[in-house]
Amino acid sequence: MEISALIKNEAEKTRSPEDTVLVWPNLVYIELISILVATASLLFLSIISPAPLEELASADTTPNPTKAPWYFLGLQELLVYFDPWLAGVVLPTMIIIGLIIIPYVDPNPNGKGYYTFSERKFSVAGFSFGLGLWYILIVIGVWTRGLDWSWYWPWSDWHVHMSVTAVKLVDLELIFENMFGLPKEPLVTLGRYGITVANLITWVFFLGYYAVGFTVPFLLFRNFYNKLGLIRYNLVMFFFLSMSGVMLKMLLRLTFNIKYLVVTPWFKI
Amino acid sequence: MKEMIAKIVSLITDNQVYRSIFRHGYPTTDANRALIMFSSVILHLHPVRVRRGALKIRFTWCLGGLTFFFFVMLAITGVFLMFYYVPDTRRAYNDIKDLGTVVYFGSLFRNMHRWSAHAMVLSVWLHMTRVFMTGSYKPPREFNWVVGVILLVLTLVLSWTGYLLPWDQLALWAVTVGSKMAEAAPLLGNAGPFGPEIGMTPENDIRFVLLGGTVVGQSALLRFYVLHCLALPLVSAVLMAVHFWRIRKDGFSGPL
Repeated sequence: MEISALIKNEAEKTRSPEDTVLVWPNLVYIELISILVATASLLFLSIISPAPLEELASADTTPNPTKAPWYFLGLQELLVYFDPWLAGVVLPTMIIIGLIIIPYVDPNPNGKGYYTFSERKFSVAGFSFGLGLWYILIVIGVWTRGLDWSWYWPWSDWHVHMSVTAVKLVDLELIFENMFGLPKEPLVTLGRYGITVANLITWVFFLGYYAVGFTVPFLLFRNFYNKLGLIRYNLVMFFFLSMSGVMLKMLLRLTFNIKYLVVTPWFKI
Repeated sequence: MKEMIAKIVSLITDNQVYRSIFRHGYPTTDANRALIMFSSVILHLHPVRVRRGALKIRFTWCLGGLTFFFFVMLAITGVFLMFYYVPDTRRAYNDIKDLGTVVYFGSLFRNMHRWSAHAMVLSVWLHMTRVFMTGSYKPPREFNWVVGVILLVLTLVLSWTGYLLPWDQLALWAVTVGSKMAEAAPLLGNAGPFGPEIGMTPENDIRFVLLGGTVVGQSALLRFYVLHCLALPLVSAVLMAVHFWRIRKDGFSGPL
C-alpha cells in the first residue's frame, strides 16, 4: 500500500472521535480484569485438580484403552469408522485446508463485524455442523469409551469388558455381490487389483455421491452457484460433501454394519 | 500530608533515570494516554483509540487476548519447569515426581502449566468460532485468518509434544497412538496407501522422522522436548507477532 493510502486509512480509522474511545483506560482495564479472572481460575483448577502422573512408561504394558489427548479424541473416535490414513491423516489435513480457504470461498459481504444467522445462513449452518460433529465425537471419545474402545455409559461398570455382541461388519461390495448374485471373478485385473462387477458398482456409488452432490445444488440453487462462481462453488461443495460424507459413512456403519464402501488393495474407504 | 506525597512523587519522577524509562507522565490526561501507547512496546500492540463497539465483551469475549495470555503463562511456568527437568528416559519420570514432592511450588507450576495448556487449546477453538460467527475473516482480514489456522495447528502440536515429556504410561501411549497415525500417512508412511509402493519402510518413513526411531524412545523424547520448549514456541511467537500486527493495522471488525 502506498504511503498516502496508508495515511488516509489511518485517518479514516480515527476520523470520528465520538465513536471511538481511548484504549487506556477503556480496553486496557478490560484486559487486566480478564487476565486476573483467568489467573484466579487457573490457580483454582490447579489446586482442586492436579496434573495426573501414572506409572513409569513401559512398552511392555499396553493400557486398555489407549487414549490420545482429549483434543484429538474426535479423530481417534473416527478410527472406529475409518482406516488410520483417513481418520488420522487425510481428514485432519482436509479440516485444516478447509479452514484456511474459508475467507477465499465466502464472497458474501454481509455479516462482517456482527453476529448474524439470517444474512449468511449457509456458512453459519455449515460451520456449526462441522463444529458440532467435532465436539460430539470428542465427548463420545472422552466420556463413553472404555475397555477395548467399547461404549460405556456413566453408570456402567468400567472395569468389566463389555460382552462383545457378534456384529459382523461387511464391505458394501459383498452386500452387492450376495444381493444380486454377481460373479466373484474379476472383470479386469490391474496388478494386484481384481476389479469385480460389485467393486465397480461401489465405485459408482462412491463417486456418484459426489457427482449428485455437485450437480443438484447447481440445478436447483443456481443463484447460490452464480454468487460463488465455478472455482469457489467446486471447492465449497467438495469440502461440504466430504464433511457430510464422514457422517453418512458413520450412519451406514451404525445402521447397516458396513465396514468399507470401496475396497482396493492399496486403500479402503 | 498532600504536600509530602507530592514531594516524594517529584523526588521519584523528576530525575534523569525515571524520565529515561518513562517518557511521559502517568496516563491521567488524554495526551499521556495516547503517548503511553507509542512509548510502551507491550501496549503498542494496541491502537490509541478503538471503536466503541469493539470493546463489547459479548463481541470478542476476550478470547484472542486470553489465548495470548495463556501462551505467556505457559512460557513462564514452562521456563520454571525446565530448570528441574532433563529429557532423559532414565530420569524424566523421576524429575516430574520430584516436582510433586521435593521442589518448592513444583506441583503448583506443573498444574498451572497443564491447565493453561488445556485452556489455550479450548480458547483457540472458541476464538476461531467467534471470529467465524462475526464474519471477521472477511476482507481485508482473510490472510490473518490463515495465520490463525496455522497458530491453531501449532497450539495443538505444542500441546501434544508436551504430552510425552512426563514419560509415564499416559504420555507414552498417547504419543504411540498419534505416531501410529503418521505411519498410515498416504505416500509418506510405511502402512499408508501407496507408501510401500514408493519404498517406505518403518526405517525411512514420516513416523521415523517424527520419532527419530522406530519406537517411542530416547530420540523421540529429545525431539519432542526440543520441539516443545524451543522450536514450536519460537515459530508461534513469530506468527503471533504477525497476527497481532495485522489486527493492529486493520482494526477490529466490530460494529460501527
